[in-house]
Amino acid sequence: MTGIDLPAVTGLWCVAAFLGLAGLAVAAGPSKIATPLIYGGALVVAVVALGAALTCFLSSGPPWTLVLPIGLPGIGARFRIDALSAFFLVVVNLGAAVTSLYALGYGRHEETPARVLPFYGPFLAGMNLVVFADDAFTFLLAWEFMSLTSWAIVLARHRDPASGRAAFIYLVMASFGTLCLLLGFGLLAGPAGGYAFETIRLASHTPFTTTLAVVLALLGAGSKAGLVPLHVWLPLAHPAAPSHVSALLSGVMTKVGVYGFIRIVLDLAGPPNPWLGLVVLTLGGITAAIGVLYALMQHDLKRLLAYHTVENIGIIFIGLGLTLAFRANGMNVAAALALTAALFHVFNHSIFKSLLFFGAGAVLAATGERDMEQLGGLIHRMPQTAVAFLIGCAAISALPPLNGFVSEWLTFQAILVSPDLPQWGLKLTVPAAGALLALSAALAAACFVKAFGVTFLGRPRSSAAKVANEVDTFSLTAMYLLAAICFLAGVLPGFVIDALSPVMAMLVGDTMPQQVAVPWLSIVPIAESRSSYNGLVILTFLIASGTMTAMVIHRFATRATRRSAIWDCGFPLDAPQTQYGSASFSMPIRRVFGTAVFSVHERIDMPRPGELRAGSFHLRVIDPAWRLAYGPIARAVTAASLSLNRLQFLTIRRYLTLVFCTLIALLVMVAAWR
Amino acid sequence: MALILDLFLQLIQMVLVVAIAPAVIGVTRKVKARLLRRVGPPVLQPYRDLWKLMHKEAVLADNASWIYRTAPYLIFAATWVAAALVPSYATGLLFSWSADLIAIVALLGTARFALALAGMDVGTAFGGIGSSREMMIASLAEPAMLLIVFTVALVAGTTQLSAVATVFSAGTAGLRVSLGLGLFAFLLVAIAENARIPIDNPATHLELTMVHEAMVLEYSGRHLAMIEAAAALKLVLYFSLIICLFMPFGIAGPGAGLSDYLLGIVAYLAKLLVLAVLLPISETTVAKMRVFRYPLFVGSAFAAAALAVFLLFVSKGF
Amino acid sequence: MSQLWFDVAHLLAGGMLVLSFALLYQDRIAAVINVFALQAIALSLSVAWQALVQDAPHLIVTAAIALIVKGFVIPTALHHIIRQMQIHREIEEVIGSGLTMLTGLGLVALSILLVQPVGEVSIYVREDLAFALAVILLGLLMMITRRNAVTQVVGFMSLENGLVLAATGAKGMPLVVEISVAFSILIAFIVFGIFVFRIRERFDTVDVSALDRFRGERSDA
Repeated sequence: MTGIDLPAVTGLWCVAAFLGLAGLAVAAGPSKIATPLIYGGALVVAVVALGAALTCFLSSGPPWTLVLPIGLPGIGARFRIDALSAFFLVVVNLGAAVTSLYALGYGRHEETPARVLPFYGPFLAGMNLVVFADDAFTFLLAWEFMSLTSWAIVLARHRDPASGRAAFIYLVMASFGTLCLLLGFGLLAGPAGGYAFETIRLASHTPFTTTLAVVLALLGAGSKAGLVPLHVWLPLAHPAAPSHVSALLSGVMTKVGVYGFIRIVLDLAGPPNPWLGLVVLTLGGITAAIGVLYALMQHDLKRLLAYHTVENIGIIFIGLGLTLAFRANGMNVAAALALTAALFHVFNHSIFKSLLFFGAGAVLAATGERDMEQLGGLIHRMPQTAVAFLIGCAAISALPPLNGFVSEWLTFQAILVSPDLPQWGLKLTVPAAGALLALSAALAAACFVKAFGVTFLGRPRSSAAKVANEVDTFSLTAMYLLAAICFLAGVLPGFVIDALSPVMAMLVGDTMPQQVAVPWLSIVPIAESRSSYNGLVILTFLIASGTMTAMVIHRFATRATRRSAIWDCGFPLDAPQTQYGSASFSMPIRRVFGTAVFSVHERIDMPRPGELRAGSFHLRVIDPAWRLAYGPIARAVTAASLSLNRLQFLTIRRYLTLVFCTLIALLVMVAAWR
Repeated sequence: MALILDLFLQLIQMVLVVAIAPAVIGVTRKVKARLLRRVGPPVLQPYRDLWKLMHKEAVLADNASWIYRTAPYLIFAATWVAAALVPSYATGLLFSWSADLIAIVALLGTARFALALAGMDVGTAFGGIGSSREMMIASLAEPAMLLIVFTVALVAGTTQLSAVATVFSAGTAGLRVSLGLGLFAFLLVAIAENARIPIDNPATHLELTMVHEAMVLEYSGRHLAMIEAAAALKLVLYFSLIICLFMPFGIAGPGAGLSDYLLGIVAYLAKLLVLAVLLPISETTVAKMRVFRYPLFVGSAFAAAALAVFLLFVSKGF
Repeated sequence: MSQLWFDVAHLLAGGMLVLSFALLYQDRIAAVINVFALQAIALSLSVAWQALVQDAPHLIVTAAIALIVKGFVIPTALHHIIRQMQIHREIEEVIGSGLTMLTGLGLVALSILLVQPVGEVSIYVREDLAFALAVILLGLLMMITRRNAVTQVVGFMSLENGLVLAATGAKGMPLVVEISVAFSILIAFIVFGIFVFRIRERFDTVDVSALDRFRGERSDA
């Protein structure tokens, strides 16, 4: 037993407490106090769990393990906390704590709390347990538990057919993912069935097994995280849930998927093949670009955010792909840099995506609208939410001096050391992935100019937006907390990088240079002569030069201001529909990338001169993943089931023939096997 | 004492770029006017314009929010900080390590983000059209710029601008195909980012094809002055980047003497003047493009830069 | 030989590649012809430089042929043809320019990969060869993605520029070969020219797809 015994056990008790919240929710029933009771309870438990996780994370001791006599006979349920799981426990519980705080206010707007509350605690417990698990059985059980509880919450508004469809697709994809993981673990455990992670880690795997296991992990964990083309459930399911749960799904659960991938590929499966790095890198690059392009096309605020999660997962996987490639070639320092970038982005994304979903939830609560074409001008009615949402938008667009920029900057630095990779395939793929990353960073900025500009700026496009009111203090506190973290992690990134270094030491055997020792709190990925960045100085300079200029002008020139009507080049139009909206804002980009990436259907109905009906414009954007990947599968399944359907109407003689043929075939196989 | 001297040198850089920016605009306007056989405004006219605008009352639309009022200062500050970090007359300045080339590009992204939001704040069709197109151009120009950064970084082995300038001014890098491609791409990006012909025309208003001017249409008084100053500063920044990356001779190294610094400043000003004359010449020889030709224009910069990066990944020899 | 000599040769070859991309980028016929002339001038510079580097005076002749014939005569003639026939100024593309350029990037990657295993020569020669191969492939790409007969001629001649570049980069190509290549190009140009006039006379257009109707094997025409 080690020094982190107490916090680790506390963390495990917190999981039990999360589970207990389910019982409490059922007991409280539809009463009015149920909502504050559950979310308040979850907040307390999550804060304790966060404290415990932080203690584990910051005290770099040997891993903590515990075996409970439940689960599979002979193995029991194994739990373990090492540097990697401690980091992800921090991410999960930070998200859980802030979400619970937010939900204290937001939960009051929930239409059917009885369908959400019982599953909320278990969902949090499931995510914690996945990270705690130290054997394949517990891991898969927790994974499935997490999927099912979140599925139940997605289904909360089951009367809405869209929700039902989303939940169905989610269920199919989750089952697919679990199946892949199951097969992967089966391969790694080998014929002896050593399901404990310790056994898997120590066993020597053949390269073929490793490769197959990594591919299965990519499919299984990738479908949870949202890698293209396994992402299709994500933009449907994440927005369908209540907003605070959307934040958890997008901000936290996708990260648990990333955790699963890292755990299997970097920790359990043994030394990777460099070509796997290439595959992960390619998928990451494509995911990043496709995710942000489709995010740009959405006019539903929450769906935009969900699609944008896909982009960020792509960025994380670019980092992971680089890690794999570097590690396979023994470039451990570079691997540490790439993995730090990926994990930093995991942390950052969990922060700002939660923040943005909270903002979207606040808008939804205040106006009842998710469609941006019905919003606008909310900065006047909801000034506090607007500030927090703006910080989230700037952070996710990778603008300095906020945190999103730091992790992208680190990823770029990792790309810049990769020409030393010897493999030809990687030499060709890495620059392409770099170009895609650069492209998606710029498109992300466009996407969030649109999200903020159309929702909060301009004039209200509907009466609901005109009369919106600021949300409650709980929600605002939660949003400001996250916004503050965005600032802190962006300005003082060195501390985060140093805190992450035990994870690197554990997984790639080397770390980045220690950052706290660098003068002026800069960060230096490799060497100071190569590159350095200092968010603090940039922030100071920005504030100093901006305020100084403003003060000088106000003091020595003029500060006179007059309010007047909108000018708009002399012919302002009153109708708010004349503003640029969501579809019109993204039109140029739709046109630029239109032929190559999108299947866009625009239908313009323009009345002829003299006709009195209104003109109309319809836009339908269909994710090509449906057409290219799932359409054929669905058709094949349908065709197969139709042909199998015939089996129901056979005569007894034919059934017997079938049975006989099967028997013979099996016997022949047995004979051949000998 | 050394720290004070370093601070002073950094301060010179900061003041120099701001002080020179309107004059650079003035030169380009003058040259362009002469090429069109007009007399043109005096070179110092932009200073007078800024002075006049700053002393005028600012007119705000009724529904303008705080974003509209703070954005001009943020845009100016971000551009200024970025411009102050590009070595102009000397390398190794006090704060040169606080942001590398990637961060400078991203700082310009911050300025653009603020500008695009400001364009959407009042809720007019013109503002929206400007913001939307600006982000479309940026979505191709910024990645192209980042790929150019990669090219330079891979040749010089660093993204630190000061170090890059030192490497390149030593001349050991030689003539490189990748750098040639990078320069070509950079010129296209610089034209697109600074809203010059053939992408945009800084001299017109009320055209349906305008981008930058459409975003700032509602601005007046000191706010407009800030935005104009930021635009001038951005042009100087791009000129400085060309100077620092592709013609870094004459730049003062670390630990140089007074005469080196003076020489550095003179060389910098001379190179700025050359570029400020070349820009209007190129502008008068081409015609403004249709809006939907832009992606191809900026996209070819992207392609050239991608080609350069790709060549460098394959072999250090390119 | 000093590094700088190689660098300049390299830069000229790289410039030709960029001009190949510029050919793909242009969407007006007159501009395409001008870019082609530029590429021919770049080629002649490159060949002349090789003459200096390799100390091979006969390459000067090749350079002169390239400069005069392909840099001036053929472009002038093409401009003349366009003016005479009042061909539509815009080029009709089979696939969009952006996509063509992306494909072009892929082709450059391919040619570098192809040249990589060629051993026995210095890295610079190898990279020059890669550039030349890329120019050839881009010329082919231009021929298949543009509808207009004039642009197909230009694509073909740009392809031939790549051939000459490849040939002069390697030492010791006899003049006879070059002259015969140059002649074949001239003849090809004349044939194409007549061909263009004929198409125009018959079908009132230079869109080569107008010929498809006369191929016979397609029954739906």
